[in-house]
Amino acid sequence: MMEIKHTALAGTLESSDIQFTLSKGTGVEVNLDSQVEKQFGNQIRKVITDLLAAYDIKDVTVRAVDKGALDCTIKARLIAAIQRATDTKNQPNWEVLG
Amino acid sequence: MLNKVNREIPDNILKDDNYKTFETTEIGNPETTYVAHNVKVTQGDNKLVDSIPDVIAKTGLKNGMTISFHHHFREGDFVFNMVMQEIINEGFQDLTLAPSSLTNVMNDMVIKAIKAGTVSHITSSGMRGELGDFISHGGLKDPVVLRSHGNRARAIENGDIKIDVAFLGVPNADALGNANAIHGDAVFGSMGYSLMDAKYADKVVLLTDTIMPYPNTPASIKQTQVDYVVKVAKVGDPDKIGSGATRFTKDPKELKIAEMVNQVITHSEYFKDGFSFQTGSGGAALAVSRYLRKSMIAKNIKASFALGGITKPTVDLLEEGLVDKILDVQDFDKGAAASMANNENQQEIDSSWYADPYNKGAAVNQLDVCILSALEIDTKFNVNVMTGSDGVLRGAIGGHQDAANAKLTIISAPLVRGRIATVVNDVTTVVTPGDSIDVLVTEVGIAINPKRTDLIAALKNVPGVPVYTIEELQKRAEAVVGKPEPLEFTDRPVALIEYRDGTLIDTVNQVKD
Repeated sequence: MMEIKHTALAGTLESSDIQFTLSKGTGVEVNLDSQVEKQFGNQIRKVITDLLAAYDIKDVTVRAVDKGALDCTIKARLIAAIQRATDTKNQPNWEVLG
Repeated sequence: MLNKVNREIPDNILKDDNYKTFETTEIGNPETTYVAHNVKVTQGDNKLVDSIPDVIAKTGLKNGMTISFHHHFREGDFVFNMVMQEIINEGFQDLTLAPSSLTNVMNDMVIKAIKAGTVSHITSSGMRGELGDFISHGGLKDPVVLRSHGNRARAIENGDIKIDVAFLGVPNADALGNANAIHGDAVFGSMGYSLMDAKYADKVVLLTDTIMPYPNTPASIKQTQVDYVVKVAKVGDPDKIGSGATRFTKDPKELKIAEMVNQVITHSEYFKDGFSFQTGSGGAALAVSRYLRKSMIAKNIKASFALGGITKPTVDLLEEGLVDKILDVQDFDKGAAASMANNENQQEIDSSWYADPYNKGAAVNQLDVCILSALEIDTKFNVNVMTGSDGVLRGAIGGHQDAANAKLTIISAPLVRGRIATVVNDVTTVVTPGDSIDVLVTEVGIAINPKRTDLIAALKNVPGVPVYTIEELQKRAEAVVGKPEPLEFTDRPVALIEYRDGTLIDTVNQVKD
């Protein structure tokens, strides 16, 4: 299991981007604020929770502010935030990335 | 019942509001009757009135009447809010609001008027922002009626809109009501849409901050049409009427679309000496005029006229001699508005002349090439310019349905905007039927309406212009953004979308939250 060591941020509030803030929590809690909530809210939540599961992160509070990012952008930003929050910036998880 | 673009139109609307469903883009040669308006005869003296409360009293405004405004001041309008506030203050109820369109600066006041019971019905070209949100969430009991600029002219002539009192802001007027929009502090160029109100309203009130000596010329609105003239402190904010200097886009996606639009035009049979065109005010449309200019010079081709909402780049083409005449119903920027005073070949036209389907021939019928935008376009080429990706009202029909009657109608739009696909299986709201649309141009390539076999032949081997079917473009968009969940609506209509002949092409229902 991967542990969130401290709060970390990745991404911007530019259009077509998503900004993640990961902090310590109990269980997986995802707070999503998305411009495309009605059409893609559930899809975005699934991308987030699937990726957290792949990293074996069980306790985290995720704050995501989405400006219409595509799934590939969402994954890239979340991986960056995870690596920062878990102090694994120099040890990428090749199994997940592969 | 289902109409010809496969939209379910509730039977009670057809029955109660005496509507027919949309059938065809062909107008044909029906016989029609124009309605007359009442005239209170005067010798022209004593039209000057001191204040808005006084003039409201003089017009005899009563509960249940229809009032109108124009939107030529755009986001710099002071007149609408001034007049509407006074009408609310005086406790009027159950009025129909029938402006040529509603701009963002009017939104708060319209909501206030609805909540006060002052306004109970609205017809407009469109609405955006807070007001669109308010209406889409069920803020008004009866659905708003949305009409194109040409259809509004038709509706006024046919009596579907019967204006009791028109409150028209003008940058200048003399004491008898001769007015134009090319002199004064708050110039907006063409008075196109408001000319219908001046001609057909029972009572016509002009509001101006600049009283000119009699006789004020050129007179777009004439003393024969005007009941009262009110002097107010300021009719509008010149900086917000039109955007300032038009900047050409540097967005590579828009430039690529513009370049492809130009390729489509120049490889069509319509690109020849004496052709005519209409471009919009969007980034890509403006860039098209730059590419088109180069092609016109290179091929020694001149246009007979440019039509519609006019921008400075179009005026530049006129002054360069590449365009002979501009038929101008509205000006989008300061440069276009200001040049109307100097260019006798920039002809002001009213919205009937521009686009009315029910007169003896409108300018749009003479149009060769037209470039229009879209929020969505579907695999049947139907276009939505009214509802956003959340299903909420956030647009205006404008001249979209009207200008789409050009011989070559091009929709320029990116394949996707952020995570929202522009090319879809079914648009949320049908505004302009696919029968009017000939070519879609996106940054990845173009799709041609299958019924235009002539264009398919003409455009099949143009370098840098890949041709796809519209289904292929739809799938390509979906591959990028994913499959959206369908929007949820209640079964209560909040807006009726008329086609330009007054038939119903679609309805917009209240959004579910």
